[in-house]
Amino acid sequence: MTDISNNQTPPAAVDWASGKAKALRKKRYAADRRLRYYGIAAISTAVLLLGILIGSLVSTGYLAFVQTHVTMEVAIDPEQVSADDPASGNYRAIVSDGVQRLFPDVEDGGALRAAAGIITNGAQVILRNRVIADRSLVGQTIRLQVPVSDPYDQLYKDVIDRDLPENRRRLNDSQIALFETLEDRGLIEAKANWGLIFSSDSRFPELAGLAGAIVGSFYALLVCFAISFPIGIAAAIYLEEFAPKNRWTDLIEVNINNLAAVPSIVFGLLGLAVFIQLFGLPRSAPLVGGLVLALMTLPTIIIVTRNSLKAVPPSIREAALGIGASRHEVILHHLLPLAIPGILTGTIIGLAQALGETAPLLLIGMNAFLTSPPGGIMEPATALPTQIFIWADSPERGFVSRTSAAILVLLGFLITMNAIAIYLRSRLERRW
Amino acid sequence: MNQMTEIALEHAITNVAPQVNAKMRGRDVNVFYGAKQALFDVNLDIGERQVTSLIGPSGCGKSTFLRCLNRMNDTIDIARMVGDITLDGQDIYDPKIDVVELRARVGMVFQKPNPFPKSIFENVAYGPKIHGLASNKTDLEEIVVTSLKKASLFDEVKDRLHEPGTGLSGGQQQRLCIARAIAVSPEVILMDEPCSALDPIATAKIEELIDELRANFTIVIVTHSMQQAARVSQRTAFFHLGILVEEGATEQIFTAPSDKRTQDYVTGRFG
Ligand SMILES: Nc1ncnc2c1ncn2[C@@H]1O[C@H](COP(=O)(O)OP(=O)(O)OP(=O)(O)O)[C@@H](O)[C@H]1O
Ligand SMILES: [Mg+2]
Repeated sequence: MTDISNNQTPPAAVDWASGKAKALRKKRYAADRRLRYYGIAAISTAVLLLGILIGSLVSTGYLAFVQTHVTMEVAIDPEQVSADDPASGNYRAIVSDGVQRLFPDVEDGGALRAAAGIITNGAQVILRNRVIADRSLVGQTIRLQVPVSDPYDQLYKDVIDRDLPENRRRLNDSQIALFETLEDRGLIEAKANWGLIFSSDSRFPELAGLAGAIVGSFYALLVCFAISFPIGIAAAIYLEEFAPKNRWTDLIEVNINNLAAVPSIVFGLLGLAVFIQLFGLPRSAPLVGGLVLALMTLPTIIIVTRNSLKAVPPSIREAALGIGASRHEVILHHLLPLAIPGILTGTIIGLAQALGETAPLLLIGMNAFLTSPPGGIMEPATALPTQIFIWADSPERGFVSRTSAAILVLLGFLITMNAIAIYLRSRLERRW
Repeated sequence: MNQMTEIALEHAITNVAPQVNAKMRGRDVNVFYGAKQALFDVNLDIGERQVTSLIGPSGCGKSTFLRCLNRMNDTIDIARMVGDITLDGQDIYDPKIDVVELRARVGMVFQKPNPFPKSIFENVAYGPKIHGLASNKTDLEEIVVTSLKKASLFDEVKDRLHEPGTGLSGGQQQRLCIARAIAVSPEVILMDEPCSALDPIATAKIEELIDELRANFTIVIVTHSMQQAARVSQRTAFFHLGILVEEGATEQIFTAPSDKRTQDYVTGRFG
């Protein structure tokens, strides 16, 4: 070290403590802080908006998770219903008889009709189903708990204000008075509304539920998965592992990326023109819905599969090739097992997108009014988002809260699917 | 480029050093990556049951030549090879040649240990399984155990054969990769800087192992360490800028190289 020649001037020492250096550092720190604050502000805005969305849905939707019921006594008269053929009894008469028992003092015909309006129009169907399920009920007098009709439900939930002047209410004073006698006798009760999940659609909001839509969505997603998953993976493997890099494969690649960006309504039109009009598949069927959704999900699956395959370290591929694995062995034994967590995650997220898709399903008629769940993929059905669309369009007061509740149910499914995707990713990737 | 080719030609003439029994022969090997030429008329014989080391500065084409010997370069779209490479006199670039069989006969160990993310047992058993070398489970187990023993790894892992191979130390992983290569009974083993990711002790183990393996296998090793080349190989080939500058007995290359560039490189003056 001593032989360093003296005529070489050592570099001037940097004065880190000088005012200029300090000011510069301060400025750089300030920039760091600003960047962090922008990030926090962005996240807060996003969380706030999400909070407003969920908050407003919950504030209107929570009402639909309970349903006001009235308990009435009905005598199942063997003259009206025979135990041999319980399906074709005169249940309407039995129910009106029950209404009369509920209000023994009311004799006037008009008042009795008003009283009958308290209980749901579907009461006779509920009773009929009970009797069909248990024929021994014929001849007995049973206590039947049925939903009250929508205006009274809203009244009990305080959506209709009893203190408003009569002409600005949906229910007049005498109707409210009748209902209040029931309340006083303890026959009115608000219960968890399982019908929202387990019943199908109905013209009467108090009876309407999502079962048909849930089953329809399930079938459509099943078809969508069964088609898009294998085709998507096979296409991705070909493009990633076998396809030569030339103009044709470039063209295919560009088109797949474009396909992912095509507005969903276009797929709906395509489904209508091709699957329904050309192939003659049934309208409104989950099969057609699933096919259309598969077209939309396919690009997503192809893209995530290719990315997952690309993400497998090349050393694994070389290791397999190096001991003489053939191409399919490299792919099936080494690349796919390592890529599958990513593929599954992407697929589930793609399916979640498909679950929320509305426009294409409206175009192929999956917004029919149906009072029972589809029995298979060929039968007419609705789906969750189209059911929401139908309900949002209905004038009855009860459908307002049911629409919000249905959106919450849909969001619940979406969150569950995304949670599964995250769980699978963290779970399966640990083997890496 | 023209000048390069001239130099290459000159060496092609002086460098043909036929060996008594060459397992593999490269004749006028030229390799192109797209328009860029990486190897110029390389003529090199790989002696049977010998260790041949390939040395030279970074980017001179050692890996490229090595990867031609089992056609791993086929997997690079832009790579193109012109020339002849034979294994036991058979042209390995003949279109009729089965690459899967070739790679089973000419195994490879890579720079970075790359065990499959599977158990130790599965790592070694994979090759024999796909090539159908074991007729039953006991056979397979025997192959796995002997391979691990040959790779002097067995004692360290015999109690954890079913634990993931990725859980081993770097040196153990590399020996596992060697065991995996041995398990398909290759005739030639290619090793591309097998010790560059390892510490001196693990390196010493692998070198010892290479010396033992020489009894049964033909080995080609790429290395940046002169000492390693001197310790493990019988023959050494020095590459420079895509040209095979000099090839000969290791001792001769390190003590009395005939080319100035070789001399400069082995004495540490460049590279
Ligand atoms: N996949 C590739 N695509 C394009 N050029 C490549 C590719 N692989 C290698 N080359 C080029 O070929 C030449 C030889 O590369 P090679 O990897 O054989 O060198 P090397 O001697 O193994 O070097 P190192 O000691 O650094 O590993 C280099 O100039 C390199 O840039
Ligand atoms: Mg290299």
